[in-house]
Amino acid sequence: MIEILAAIFVLAGGVFSLIAGIGLMRFNDVLMRMHASTKAGTLGSILTLVAPALVFGTMGVTTKVVAGVLFLLLTAPIAAHMIGRAFVRTEKDHKTKTLPGHRGSALLPSPEEAVRRSP
Amino acid sequence: MNALAANLVLAVIWAALTGDISSGSLLSGLVVGFFALWMVQPILGLDPLYFRRMYRSTRLAVFFLWELLKSSVEVAVEVLRPRGRARPAFVEMPLDVKSDLEIMLVANLISLTPGTLSLEVMPDRSTLIVHAMFGDDPDALVASMKNGLERMVKEAFE
Repeated sequence: MIEILAAIFVLAGGVFSLIAGIGLMRFNDVLMRMHASTKAGTLGSILTLVAPALVFGTMGVTTKVVAGVLFLLLTAPIAAHMIGRAFVRTEKDHKTKTLPGHRGSALLPSPEEAVRRSP
Repeated sequence: MNALAANLVLAVIWAALTGDISSGSLLSGLVVGFFALWMVQPILGLDPLYFRRMYRSTRLAVFFLWELLKSSVEVAVEVLRPRGRARPAFVEMPLDVKSDLEIMLVANLISLTPGTLSLEVMPDRSTLIVHAMFGDDPDALVASMKNGLERMVKEAFE
């Protein structure tokens, strides 16, 4: 029973990781690609990680799984944040539109300003 | 007495008494200990804030995992749809939380929840710039982020 559940987790993780990869190829904008890689990629990795914890259930395995999941949840969004920010700071002709009533990318600092401000 | 320390000690005792020190028994000890402490809280004079914080942190974690699942399915549907439906847009979200840790949590959680990716915190910490995948109704999006994630983070750290 628990093996079947773990198998479903591994399969679902693989499917989400595959979809994240397809998304990276299909989307035509860096920011949209970041959406695919952070969300689907993170969930795919977490599902794959949880499966061994279900099968083995020992202290050593579970602790490593919990540490791995926490580390993924902490680092994946930060990486996407940094890549996306570098993109909007340096490229001005991205496909994202600014909506009325929102200043959007006009709020973002220019590259020179960003460099001057960064520590 | 420190409620967190008491809860941890109870979890270890529970695991030791059941004769199996594994993550499962420690976790169930933690849960049973939490409810036991909650019941005797007025007698021992424990800090009621601890129970509220634990409850709110757990609620935040469950809510967040659910949102991560939802957002992954949403992205997957968008990836597999033959003709894209995405209307990317920048959205500004005014920030109420002030401390470094809270801002980091809010920004991280926004990146992992449906259709949004945090891009930049303004230097004065008043605004978070968010890239939205479906930017048809930005005001509803901002309202849902503020009432969902940000409120929960604020309550967990209160």
